[in-house]
Order: sequence, then structure tokens, then C-alpha cells
Amino acid sequence: MFKRIPLSALIGIIATSTFVFMAVFAPWIAPYPMAEIVGGTWEPSSAKFLLGTDNLGRDLLSRMIFGARTTLTIAALATALSFTLGATLGFTAAVFGGWVDQVMSRGIDLLMAIPTLIFALVVLSVLPTTITTLILVMGVLDSTRVYRLSRAVAVDINVMDFVEAARLRGEGRIWIIFREILPNALSPLVAELGLRFIFAVLFLSALSFLGLGVQPPEADWGGMVKENKDGIIFGIPAALIPAAAIAVLAISVNLVADWILNRTTDLKGGRG
Amino acid sequence: MGSGLWTLIIQRLLMGLGLLLAVSVLIFAGTQILPGDVAASILGQSATPEALANLRSDLGLDQPAWKRYFSWLGGLLQGDLGTALSNGKDISASLGKRLGNTLFLAFWAALMSVPLAILLGLLAVRYRGRWPDKLISGITLTSISLPEFFIGYLLIYFIAVKTQWLPSVSTVYEGMAFADRLKAIALPAITLTMVVLAHMMRMTRAAILNVMQSAYVETAELKGLSAFEVIRKHAFPNVIAPIVNVVMLNLAFLVVGVVVVEVIFVYPGMGQYLVDHVAKRDVPVVQACGLVFAGVYILLNMVADIVALLSNPRLRHPK
Repeated sequence: MFKRIPLSALIGIIATSTFVFMAVFAPWIAPYPMAEIVGGTWEPSSAKFLLGTDNLGRDLLSRMIFGARTTLTIAALATALSFTLGATLGFTAAVFGGWVDQVMSRGIDLLMAIPTLIFALVVLSVLPTTITTLILVMGVLDSTRVYRLSRAVAVDINVMDFVEAARLRGEGRIWIIFREILPNALSPLVAELGLRFIFAVLFLSALSFLGLGVQPPEADWGGMVKENKDGIIFGIPAALIPAAAIAVLAISVNLVADWILNRTTDLKGGRG
Repeated sequence: MGSGLWTLIIQRLLMGLGLLLAVSVLIFAGTQILPGDVAASILGQSATPEALANLRSDLGLDQPAWKRYFSWLGGLLQGDLGTALSNGKDISASLGKRLGNTLFLAFWAALMSVPLAILLGLLAVRYRGRWPDKLISGITLTSISLPEFFIGYLLIYFIAVKTQWLPSVSTVYEGMAFADRLKAIALPAITLTMVVLAHMMRMTRAAILNVMQSAYVETAELKGLSAFEVIRKHAFPNVIAPIVNVVMLNLAFLVVGVVVVEVIFVYPGMGQYLVDHVAKRDVPVVQACGLVFAGVYILLNMVADIVALLSNPRLRHPK
């Protein structure tokens, strides 16, 4: 199966794996500790500090590596939450139908009438800024999109013969959701997973950049852009490095997701 | 234009109003979800009991939530948004000025991005499957993945710092000459354009392609109409609705994108105002800003809906 991976997907897979590797083994591959001041402020790149130092004189490369860990972990957990929540609710709405579906769908419509970033800012103005809060807020707000998709997919599956057969056999609704609908809805959901993950990374980075996400001294890419942004005016490009890392991560996950999407639609005879 | 159309349009307007009302409840509720006490979370651990009690009565926390909601809503309807906790200033006055600035920026960004997106979309359709199409969709895929601040700081780094063509910080003040003002918002407007351009272009391309592949366009071609006539008489009327829809959806997107872009360029608009006061936990300001942003968003979506109704008679008779 690895014979026909297109070049773009291969690049995406390699880049994504590199970031994941950085995130998992951060303490072992980072040359310096995450928050230790080891040099002058905004030192240029040298043999001692490969990417230079940041606004407080911490090694930028080490912070990038630890930042990968924070950014990827939070984004992954938020995506996992949004999928669990969104898919469960979406399937429930499709299987139960009637007023349950109506109430849930109108509620989600209402939530989606407010731009995600704005609602997140409103909620974060009263909640304590901890990593748990961030994951919860991001996961819950993003689950609206997953809800829409999984409900649409499940409504289609719900009328198929094998679901009808299961009903006649006397299976409960829980069985139908998890044993009949879930396995058949998996492939469109997996294709969406990559896109939701990118959204989570961009969303988290935006929040951290605005100073409302991950709090210092913890390193995360969006926050590092914020820390180093004042250097830009003096021609110090330190802030561009974490920003570029976010872009590269998003592009490479996109490339992989695109490939998976094409593959799954091929399998189904080209249905988009 | 029968009376049926007017009924539908009025229906949409009422739906929009209802949605706005529901959203105001949601935004209000969003600031009440803390299990503890907003006052305690604003003042932090070291607050004295007196300060807490003071803030509670300032916020009206000694009253039930529904009462506070209705007094907030009543104030809103009269244009009174209350006073900011952090500096005691009148919110309506500061908000009005900043909303003007934000709309000014968004207007110029829209003026650049909309024609450009439609033009590029048309180009992509015209040269479909050939290199211009591939190049355009490649750039689109990339720029969707770029965070706003990457584009913004890249522009600042190369256009403002290295070459000094444009200012890096967008300072605007009252009584500023129009030309200076335009120069000040040039970089943020370009950033915003690049943020929404990709989405808008991709959706325009899909919309045009959808129409161009339809049976009636093929018939028109087969009966010998010139390419121009096919587009003028058959394709264009059908393509207005989806394009207007795309544009409105992306303008809504642009209004939100403005938050991050304003912070990048330190532009004195609504977004900057909102973010500053979220950090200060100034709940009344956050509620007001949140509602204005959501209101603009809902308004643009509603306009998209109504324009679609006007330009496509088929939507007026739901099955």
C-alpha cells in the first residue's frame, strides 16, 4: 500500500512525523531546558544557539521543541474531545430523530451563529486560563462542526437495511449507534479529523497569540510569537520562526488529510 | 415580485432578529457559567471581602441572573451598554469610535478581496485543469493553513522594517488626513485580504464551475450562442446568488479575522478593544463587543440569505 503515496502526501507525512517526534521526545532532544535563561536577549543564530535566543535570552530551538509538545498535545486533546462529543451527539440526534433531533440541531445552530473565536473570548473572560479550560472550550465549540457532519452521515446510514434489520432484531439504540452506525460512519469522520486538528492548532495559536491561551513561562508556538513580536520592528525575525512552524504543521497535516480524503472517496467510487 | 416574496423576506428579517435575541441570551449566559463567582475571579485571590461585596453590587450580582439579563438588554436597546469595570468609562462611546475604525479597515479589505477573488475564480475556471488553475488552487491550499499572524508579521518584516515602504504600526487618530489613514491601514488590509482571499476564491470557483457544467449552459453552447452570450444570458444570472453568498460568508469571516489582525498591527478597533478587556476580565465590555461582533456576523449571513432569495426564484418555493 505504500507504493503509490504521492509526493505531496509523503512530504506531509514526513513533516508531521518530525513534529510529533519533537513533541514526544522533547526533554531528550532539546539542547537546553525550556525556561532557563542561557544567553543575551535576541542573540542571532550561532553554533551555540541554532535558532538564536528569545526576548528573555532563552534558547529558541529548545522552546520550539517544547512548544511543539504543548501545542500538539492541547490541539490533539481538544480534537479528541470535539470528536467524541460531536459524534456521540450527532449519532444520537440521527437515531432518535423527532424532537430530540430538533432541539439538539437548533441548539447547535444557535451556537454556530456566534463566531467561534468571539464566543471563546467571551467565555475566557470569566474562566481561569488553565490548559484544562482551553481544551474544554476549544473541544466543545469545535464539536458543533463534528455534530453537523456526523448527524448528516448517520441520517443516511440510519435508513439502510442492516440498521432496519438490527431494529427488528430488537437491538437497543445504544447498540445501533455504536455497532451499526459508528463503523460505517468512520471513514468520512477520519477524513474530517485532520482538518479539525489543523483548526485546533490555528485556534489555540490565535488564543495564545492574543495572550489568552497557554500562559508563560510554558512554551507554545502561538505564545512564542507574542513573546517575540516586539523584535520584528528592530528587524529580529525570532517571532517568524514559531509562526512558520504553525504554518508548516498546518500545511503538512492538510496534505496528509487531502490524500486520505482522495483515497477514501476512491474506495467508494468517487463519491465526494 | 409578488407578495409571497415580501413575506419570505420579512420572515428572514424576523428570524434574524430572533436569532440575535437568542445569541444575546447565550453571550450573557456565557459569562455566567463560572461555578464560583465572577467577582472573585476578577479580583483574584487577594481580594478583601469589602472589595468583593462592592464589585458584586456594581455588577448586580446580588440580583438573580434573569433580572440582570433584562436590565442589560433594556440598556442595550436604548444604546446604553453600561460602563467598563476597568476604567469606569462609558462603553457605548468607546465602542462606537472603535467600531467605525474596524468597519473602515474591513471595508477596504473587502474592496480589495472581493473583486480579486472573483477575478481569480473566473481565471481558474477559464483555465480549468491547466497550470493557472493548479497554481491558484495550490496557493489557496497553502494560504488556508497560514495563521493570520504569520502573514501579518511577514509583511511587517519585509515591507515595513526591511524596506520601510509602509508603517508597521497602524496608528489612526481623529482628524487624520484620508490619505494618511489609508496608508496606515494598508498592511492590515492586505493581511486581511490574504486571509479571506483563498476561501472566497475557492468557493467562487466551485460556484461558477457548478453552473458552467449544467445542462442549460451546454444547450446554449450547442445551439450556437457565442461564449459571451452564453455567459451573459445563461451563466451570469445563475451565478450571482452563489457568488453573493460566498462574498457575504467571507465578509463575516473577515469581521472575525479582524480581531487577530488588529492586535498584530496595534490598530485601535473593536478587536483590540475586545482582547484587551478579556485579559482584564472586564465582563460588561466583553459582552457588548461579543454581541456587536455576533450581530454583524448574523446581519451579513441574513443579507446573503435575502440576496439569494431575490436572485434565485427557485428558492422561493421550498419543496
